[in-house]
Amino acid sequence: MQMRRKVYLAAGTYTVSLGTGRKEFHPRKPRPGIEHYMQEAGRAVISKIPDVNVIDECVVGNFMAARFNRQGNLASLMPTIDPALVYKPCTRVEGACGSGGLSIFTGIKSILAETADVVLSLGVEVQNTVKAIYGADVLAGAGHYASQRKNGHAYFFPSMFSDRAGAAFEKFGHEKVRRAMTQWYVNAVEGARRCPEAQEYHNTVEDLHAIGNTPPNPKVFVDHLNFSDCSKVSDGAAALLVLSEEGLKKTAIAAKDAVEVVGFGTSVADLTKQPEDPTQADTSQSAVGKAYEMAGIHAKDLAFAEVHDCFSITGILMAEATGICGHGEGYDFISEGRTKLDGDLPMNLSGGLIGHGHYTGGTGVRETVDSWKQLTGRAGDFQVKVPSDRPYGLMISMGGNDKTVVTLVMQQAGS
Amino acid sequence: MDLAQRYTDVGVIGAAGKMGSGIALLLCQQMTHRRLGPDGKGRRFKLTLMDVNDAALDGLQSYLASQLKRMAEKSTILLRGLYADRKDLVENGEIIDAFVADALALPRFTTDLGAMKGAHMVFEAIAENIDLKKKVYGELKNLCGPETWFFTNTSSIPISLLDREVGLGGRIVGYHFYNPPAVQKLLELITGPDTQSDLIEASKQIASDLRKKVIPANDIAGFIGNGHFIRDGLYGISELERLTGEHGFPEAAYLVNHVSQDWLIRPMGIFQLIDYVGVDVFQCILGVMNRFIDGEDLHSTLIDALMDKGVRGGQNPDGSQKDGFFRYEKGRPVAVYSLDEGKYQPLDDSWTGKLDGLLGTLPEGYVPWKGLARDPGKNEKLAAYFANLRATDTLGSSLATSYLKRSKEIGENLIKSGVAANAEDVNGVLLNGFFHLYGPINDYAADPQTVH
Ligand SMILES: NC(=O)c1ccc[n+]([C@@H]2O[C@H](COP(=O)([O-])OP(=O)(O)OC[C@H]3O[C@@H](n4cnc5c(N)ncnc54)[C@H](O)[C@@H]3O)[C@@H](O)[C@H]2O)c1
Repeated sequence: MQMRRKVYLAAGTYTVSLGTGRKEFHPRKPRPGIEHYMQEAGRAVISKIPDVNVIDECVVGNFMAARFNRQGNLASLMPTIDPALVYKPCTRVEGACGSGGLSIFTGIKSILAETADVVLSLGVEVQNTVKAIYGADVLAGAGHYASQRKNGHAYFFPSMFSDRAGAAFEKFGHEKVRRAMTQWYVNAVEGARRCPEAQEYHNTVEDLHAIGNTPPNPKVFVDHLNFSDCSKVSDGAAALLVLSEEGLKKTAIAAKDAVEVVGFGTSVADLTKQPEDPTQADTSQSAVGKAYEMAGIHAKDLAFAEVHDCFSITGILMAEATGICGHGEGYDFISEGRTKLDGDLPMNLSGGLIGHGHYTGGTGVRETVDSWKQLTGRAGDFQVKVPSDRPYGLMISMGGNDKTVVTLVMQQAGS
Repeated sequence: MDLAQRYTDVGVIGAAGKMGSGIALLLCQQMTHRRLGPDGKGRRFKLTLMDVNDAALDGLQSYLASQLKRMAEKSTILLRGLYADRKDLVENGEIIDAFVADALALPRFTTDLGAMKGAHMVFEAIAENIDLKKKVYGELKNLCGPETWFFTNTSSIPISLLDREVGLGGRIVGYHFYNPPAVQKLLELITGPDTQSDLIEASKQIASDLRKKVIPANDIAGFIGNGHFIRDGLYGISELERLTGEHGFPEAAYLVNHVSQDWLIRPMGIFQLIDYVGVDVFQCILGVMNRFIDGEDLHSTLIDALMDKGVRGGQNPDGSQKDGFFRYEKGRPVAVYSLDEGKYQPLDDSWTGKLDGLLGTLPEGYVPWKGLARDPGKNEKLAAYFANLRATDTLGSSLATSYLKRSKEIGENLIKSGVAANAEDVNGVLLNGFFHLYGPINDYAADPQTVH
């Protein structure tokens, strides 16, 4: 597959990722609803263009507002962002925690289909509306309810990835895998401390390794993960514009302020099946392969990657899925610090899902916004060096237990 | 009768009170777990919750409903196992709701003591009044079968006295939960020479079922917890009286409370703790201890004077703190009682600042109780802090050092008089029941080399 038309991303933004860890978060005080986040992110995008009327279409990615917020029909909430969006086409897309990736993917398709030049792509989730034990029920919807939920764990998804960690312990040795998982957590918080919107931005703990090494307690949680191995429960939204060349002109966005999508991939796997090898994220690998092929690049051409680390173990499987190291090599790669800000392939520089936060349906958009920030030099304290011979950024948005995946390869436009 | 059988018919008396409601909650949860477990099949379970206060029983129902839900939310992993064969219950939310409904099906609410007939185990938490308890146990003895066991939550009354005078034949133990029973981990188990041995064994098992840490105490009025607290409180009062001459009553109350909280790194100052427990409860326990313990003057004219003026402490039904030595806003002392004037004097810097100056600065290494409570390195930090305290020559450190010495002496006397088996048990009660960071039996008041 080749890109038949140029597609750009620009004007990215995200809200604070609100939840435990943020000073302004108080579990018992009233908080803004889902439309507030949509409006905050959507308006921030619109404020970056001279005329809102050039937006041809909107896409909103969301996982479970129907349960978290008892709200469906989210597409029709988009016009609350701006009255100019009334009567515009808008689609709501869902692919569990990969919904954000699908939101951008859908925008890209509209550009390629030449049915739009400017698409507002947004992703949102507001999940602090229920206690974690009930939130686990809602998130379990990303697995197969009929065949898995009854016999599943109270903390359904943590338990699925705990099983993956267990399999990795067995195959590669507990110490090696655990060390990498802890390092992943440490990197995540260090990254979040550099990004003011991140949920762990206020984290001041000195000995992060000690927290990361807390022994798991299966009586209150799962067998092989502790709480620091998990992404956060978050409220937030992220948004950007997906544009054609014509769209760049209409929005008066300079090429240097946009990134070009040079490759993308999407793959799904059978929701009702268990992973063949739990120590690999093969669906993600497949989607990464498609994006690389379309872009004509390899992992060694990347300046950084933004990957889906819903759990520390997932982060490591994703690192391997980028292809920068082989199967089983990701553990040492991470333990040696090679994914840190100054490493061989820096990853998740604003903290990833564990440090930045994980408003599930919005996360893929947030990852893409961070990629856009990196490639256009807007990442502030978490800015990586983008070398001219490795000018690409990779984004992996993943839903469920490696079931629904969207990947993007991007580079600064005009370069 | 085995314990599984005993658990099928249980009663709580005084079930609508502070302690009774918490005990009822714990039993309701445990009995429901048993009902749902493998041994529960084919058994009927009944939890009789009795109180003379009918209106308060309404409140008990809603308390149980909300607390059972919270408990279920925290034990969903276990509950998913217990409901594994219920195909209709899939999500955590469904399982939690089913558990609450199943649990609420166990209690029968009543004002009739006669409903205890048939109970295999009776937990009693009525007011701390010897005559009332004797009367109730007299009736229970006639009502219940000869195998029924009794668990009294008394804070101070010797259980052998109840056993002997009522003629219970060793079927009673002291089962001293701490307030609130659903939260506090500690349980003092008080047995006498006649207590049936299988009752003692079962008492330990039940405590572990209810996830309590048992510390055994001998049957001497006050046991370990109040044995220490009441005497510690009396020492604080004697210091208050001593310092009143020079500084005035409110000033002395402020000084002693401040030293006993901050200089000793305790969760509360001594007078705040007495207010929390209740000046009335303090007086009541003091009275019982004084009656049964020889050779020690366990009495306080100051406490009597406060009670005469209607200063009682304790909590309002909503959990907020009533006026006692101090007046409170949002749980923090804002004014101190003036005994002469019979009114509260606001705590403000204009005069407390001067007193702080008199005490001197807190020794180096001071960290408030809150900051140390979860610190894994707290023991080293406490040792370093108290070494500095000993090395400083201020009014604050001399008051604190005397306090430490007296607290230790009280602890050691509890062992000497046979109330506690050893220092570990004394320290365990203060650590677990009073949330002290260190036990009273320590070397913090004296240089290590002078200790033998
Ligand atoms: N409150 C504490 O901190 C604490 C701690 C440990 C032990 N205790 C002990 O627990 C017992 C209860 O204390 P509390 O603080 O819960 O008191 P409380 O006043 O809150 O509760 C006592 C309950 O007993 C009921 N009652 C009174 N007479 C009764 C009778 N004849 N039959 C049935 N019910 C009757 C009252 O209506 C009330 O609901 C006391 O023995 C006390 O010493 C209290």
